[in-house]
Amino acid sequence: MTDNFAHELRTRWMITKTALAERLAYRGDFALGTLMRFLPIITQIFLWWAVFQSLSPSNPESARISGYSFQDMVAYYLLTMLGRAFSSMPGLSSSIAKTIRDGEIKRYLVQPIELLSFLFWSRVAHKIAYYMVAIVPFAIVFFLCRNYFTTPWLDPGTFACFIISLLLSFCLGFYLECCLGLIGFWMLEVSSLLFVYMLMQFFLSGHMFPLDLLPEPFSTLVGYLPIKYLAYFPAAVFLGKVTGAALAIDMVMLVVWTAVFYVASRIMYRRGLERYSGFGG
Amino acid sequence: MAIITIDQLTKSYRVYQKKEGLREAIRGLVSRDYKTVEAVRGISLRVEPGEFIAFLGPNGAGKTTTLKLLSGVIYPTSGTASVMGFVPWKRDLEYRRRFALVMGQKNQLWWDLPAQESFRLHQQIYCISPSDYQRTLDELTSLLDVRSLLGRPVRELSLGERMKMELIAALLHSPEVLFLDEPTIGLDVIAQRNIQQFLKHYQLERKITILLTSHYMKDVSALCQRVVVVAQGLVQYDGSLSGIVDGFSGQKLINLQLAVGQSESGLERFGEILKIDMPRVTFRCPKPMVSQVLAEILNTYQVDDIAVEDPPLEEVIASLFHSVSGSTGSAPS
Repeated sequence: MTDNFAHELRTRWMITKTALAERLAYRGDFALGTLMRFLPIITQIFLWWAVFQSLSPSNPESARISGYSFQDMVAYYLLTMLGRAFSSMPGLSSSIAKTIRDGEIKRYLVQPIELLSFLFWSRVAHKIAYYMVAIVPFAIVFFLCRNYFTTPWLDPGTFACFIISLLLSFCLGFYLECCLGLIGFWMLEVSSLLFVYMLMQFFLSGHMFPLDLLPEPFSTLVGYLPIKYLAYFPAAVFLGKVTGAALAIDMVMLVVWTAVFYVASRIMYRRGLERYSGFGG
Repeated sequence: MAIITIDQLTKSYRVYQKKEGLREAIRGLVSRDYKTVEAVRGISLRVEPGEFIAFLGPNGAGKTTTLKLLSGVIYPTSGTASVMGFVPWKRDLEYRRRFALVMGQKNQLWWDLPAQESFRLHQQIYCISPSDYQRTLDELTSLLDVRSLLGRPVRELSLGERMKMELIAALLHSPEVLFLDEPTIGLDVIAQRNIQQFLKHYQLERKITILLTSHYMKDVSALCQRVVVVAQGLVQYDGSLSGIVDGFSGQKLINLQLAVGQSESGLERFGEILKIDMPRVTFRCPKPMVSQVLAEILNTYQVDDIAVEDPPLEEVIASLFHSVSGSTGSAPS
């Protein structure tokens, strides 16, 4: 049993290592792509500056939108970028759908490896490769924007919640997109579905603006959705917007949602394979 | 004791019938017509350990479907199969470690990495001990002559080199049963022959059981002692390659070289004329008639040279496919 477990661990490590090597094969393109993602920061900062300026032309610094000052808004935006560095899964769903459509999925039926586990550890490798490159620009941006962080330094408990929420948002984002991609077992073309999802995610995850800016009842409704954990929630934890009992409930809900999508992806994979193999028919 | 036993295996698919035209396309959004395609309609087969068998048949005959059934990729509609004592579609991990499937059109290597990185991952996935791994890899790379290419990214390899790497990846764990689906598809003649020679040598050495599908008759005649012809989802012939010609072609080809000034007119009464390239004429003639026809020709015409031969294998098999009656739809491959 322990032997088996050790073998499983070594296999995962090997997959991660190989995927990492593959990721680094295109150094130039990869580094450039990573750096380019930092460009929108500048436009976002200018955009919010214009918004706050129009609210209070004489003293934009003192204007507030639902309790957010200009500084808070920039800090929030930078933190959602950090959150999305964990939770976003570029190309995952579409690659799963393509694996199914092209019949590449056969490989996972013939060889003693399992698709979801394989993809998970490849994705871990992608993220590690990404952080290796992105850590420098992230550090520079956060250093340049240090004055925008006006909230006092976090207590260790909240900081731990922030880190855990980032790690879990990776798992949640991964299994959520797996479920979307696995729909490919039932529908040959999922690209429009993915487009709708990406659009929804852009607004409802809090990537576009803080979700507490939404009017009621939308704010509450969106608060019940799992998508908010992909960007809004970690940022809100860091900025001290969620504390005490609310924080505890949200942390539990994050774990629950992650578990729900984990189980859902496993069930969909099993059912999908049965369908793919023509089980009983 | 047979290593592969297939008994009355059938597989039917339900496929959506798309009709022509916009009106039908709109109707298809609401209600769809499905049609059942019987890809495999009752195949039974016994394979002994160490056999090298070819599956022949036209596109959509059920060859690939049979290989998919045997490798556990799909469930059958009815019937049973056992490979090394395993039921393939139960997909036991133990079973998966003991066979391999190579599909000529599918790539299982990491595209941007050297093949050796994919091999390392296979070593881990298949639990191959370091000493076995090194020995097998050395043997396979020297047999296929690709040792110097191990460190080159797969995307930079030619199709033939890539196929060799695919074979190595499939054989690293020393499978006892190997399924090959069109392993030489798209390769040039030299690459095809390299792969054939390798397979022949490897199979003789290791005595593994191989099932191969191919459209290249050269592959088949170079490699397989036993040929199973599948058409319309059924086994039409099971035996030696030469047996096909004997059993299914009641014809011989007669090549004549007429003497100068002779006309070919009148030859058509001996059989179907296939080619006239004066002074050479080729025609087909029923086997029992051959001696009578030859005698008559030599009496009537002045002939410089005459030769009697079997029709080409491709032709015999094509006519065999053609003669299989009872038309049902073709199957998705």
